[in-house]
Amino acid sequence: MTSSASAVPAPSSREAGRGGRPRAAKLVRMTPLTPAIALMLVFLAGPIIYCLYAAFTNMALTGTGANEVKFVGLENFRKAFGSGAFTNAIWLTLVFTLISAIIGQNTLGLGLALLMRRSTKIVRNFVGTAVIGAWVLPEVVAAYLLSAFFNEEGTLNVMLHKVGLPGQDWLYAAPIIAVSLANIWRGTAFSMLVYSAALSEVPKEIEESAEMDGAAGIRRLLFVTLPMISRAVMTNLMLITLQTLSVFGLIYAMTRGGPGTKSQTLPLYMYEQAFSFSQIGYGTAIALVMLAIGAVFSLIYLRGLNSEAA
Amino acid sequence: MRKSFKAAGALAVGALLLGVSACSQGSTTKEADPGSSQSAGPANIKIAYQQWGPGTVMKSFLTGAKAEFEAANPGSKVEIVPIVASENDYYTKLQLMMRSPNTAPDIVYEDTFLINSDITAGYLKPLDDYIKDWSDWSQFEDTAKGAAKGQDGKTYGIPDGTDTRALWYNKQIFAKAGLPADWQPKTWDEVLTAARTIKQKVPGVIPLNVYSGKPMGEASAMQGLEMLLYGTKDTLYNFDQSKWVVGSQGFKDSLGFIKTIFDEGIAPQPKQSLDPNWGNKVGSDLLPNGKLAIALDGSWLYNNWQKTGAKPWPQWTEVLGQTAMPTQGGEGKGKVSLSGGWTWAIPAKSKSPDAAWNFIKTLQTQKNATKYATDGAQIAVRKDVAADAGYKSSAKSTQFFTDLVSVTVYRPALPEYPKVSNEIITAMEAVMTGQSSPEEAAKNYDEAVEGIVGKDKTTNQSEGQ
Repeated sequence: MTSSASAVPAPSSREAGRGGRPRAAKLVRMTPLTPAIALMLVFLAGPIIYCLYAAFTNMALTGTGANEVKFVGLENFRKAFGSGAFTNAIWLTLVFTLISAIIGQNTLGLGLALLMRRSTKIVRNFVGTAVIGAWVLPEVVAAYLLSAFFNEEGTLNVMLHKVGLPGQDWLYAAPIIAVSLANIWRGTAFSMLVYSAALSEVPKEIEESAEMDGAAGIRRLLFVTLPMISRAVMTNLMLITLQTLSVFGLIYAMTRGGPGTKSQTLPLYMYEQAFSFSQIGYGTAIALVMLAIGAVFSLIYLRGLNSEAA
Repeated sequence: MRKSFKAAGALAVGALLLGVSACSQGSTTKEADPGSSQSAGPANIKIAYQQWGPGTVMKSFLTGAKAEFEAANPGSKVEIVPIVASENDYYTKLQLMMRSPNTAPDIVYEDTFLINSDITAGYLKPLDDYIKDWSDWSQFEDTAKGAAKGQDGKTYGIPDGTDTRALWYNKQIFAKAGLPADWQPKTWDEVLTAARTIKQKVPGVIPLNVYSGKPMGEASAMQGLEMLLYGTKDTLYNFDQSKWVVGSQGFKDSLGFIKTIFDEGIAPQPKQSLDPNWGNKVGSDLLPNGKLAIALDGSWLYNNWQKTGAKPWPQWTEVLGQTAMPTQGGEGKGKVSLSGGWTWAIPAKSKSPDAAWNFIKTLQTQKNATKYATDGAQIAVRKDVAADAGYKSSAKSTQFFTDLVSVTVYRPALPEYPKVSNEIITAMEAVMTGQSSPEEAAKNYDEAVEGIVGKDKTTNQSEGQ
């Protein structure tokens, strides 16, 4: 934008300022972006569109669906919603997301961030390193560690026995709880960082004056601090929900979705159908359902963000 | 307007963050057959097989054949490609390789369990033109020739052996439990009684192993459930009506047997059975080390204990006995066995099928076929191998397992079989982990099978056996 201080008033808002450039010039400015857009189309939109197509076919790695791919309309979705295994997977996915992200990572992250504000530098550094350490570990390594931890002869049971408590058998008896705890352990750092950043924006004076007015402890948190960081809460919830919906490696390495199908969330069910059982079309249809669930969550959170902005 | 824009935005964000899994690309069109005009000059061929666990029988057999082939065909190279994967993963990897000419091996080792499905998929090349000029084909048993026949009547694979299944039992543990050294159970109940006795009298030993659940894949379906089911009045498939059997009592009873052994603790703990390495553990640790009393397993099991096996154990001939798996209440022939086996096949997208065929012929000279049947603990499918003195005396159990061929049953060799097999192991896992009752699991199985083959292709009647 050149600000040639001409005395001539702008002829019309349509031609003035940024919006006033003729369309051709705009296109010229876009040209350097074309390679990037082309790459995006080929490598991102391409596979997504291909998957959209595959979800409505009988595509498979072996058998008839490998030889002649046929369009089967909504058959895959009909099959999915009529199958107990799929309903079970949806249910487990929601439980896993609720326990490990919305409740676990979110509240624990907020708690840690609040506590770290008031602690000494040494404690802050120590806790921060420990929590973020769990987060930077590769997923498979984390899963392996936690398997060793929850295992029948694992660290947790050794510690429990030491203090005279009975052991646990969650990996086998309540696998969805075990993987949820694992996901909390691994993912809390992200929420903690988001909330630490948000809390550092809250002016000290406001909190102090709230204290003067007699709002202490939990009341101050609920009525003063949280409303001030509500946008961060919504953003964080959206991100961790979408991350958790698609967790695969952690669960696969810990339980493979078993025993039975007791920890088979949607991504694992999809993998089993598509790659163990070779049903690519059906597996892709399940992926689309996952996408829809993610979109529903996103919409809810976006609505929350907008009502905040209003 | 704004709303729909937002929804689109949410979808886009969701798509990006969820990272929709990209599907495997691969042209699925049939190509013109380039192999027929190719001269079998010097060529490089890739041969793919499954390598799982520490055994090296196949590897050393192929290495020997490779040296022989390369000496006879100067300039040709054979590349041996071991695919290290458990059963289900091996098929997935192989299928992905066969989808493109750039990655297709020239020879693949195909289980008869899957070959019909892969034939239907158009992955394999018919071998009839090659076979008609090959005198050795007449040596193959007719049942074996049928193992790799497509529904078009063409032959797609050359079998290198078959197998039968029965109960292996540890005589030393039996002696401790006061059970006979020459054990011949006549019904399922007698098998269970023996296992219960062992649980009582020899603590610390797993009384009975029956493969079950998803991680063991086809081993669970075949060595486990089908060995039970085919001992009832029911079957998986009714050949008279060409329909899959659903709602059978035999299926529920077989799942009931699985439930019984896991509930009573006469089987391994479910979490042990659900270890993908369980099959290796049974062969190379539990049986040789006396930690397992009875194993419902295959004729090839002693493969683990040969010199080239995972755990050399010459004493197995003294310690272990074999006895046939009885039918449910001793009906019919009184004993039951199932047979499978593996075949060598040439992918449709192989670049040098003629050279590949020559290598298969090398693998199948009478000398090599006998060597593999002996080293690989196979039941012979060739008359000349079966008559070979060296083969007959190759192992103490060979005669026993070869005799079971008279009662053995082959799996329904149909393209849908692998899908049905997946539903079988899903049902087993639901029962063994206490997630479903046998009735519920059988009901889910029935619904799943109807979904796979269509309701009109199912029946409630097993054929009269």
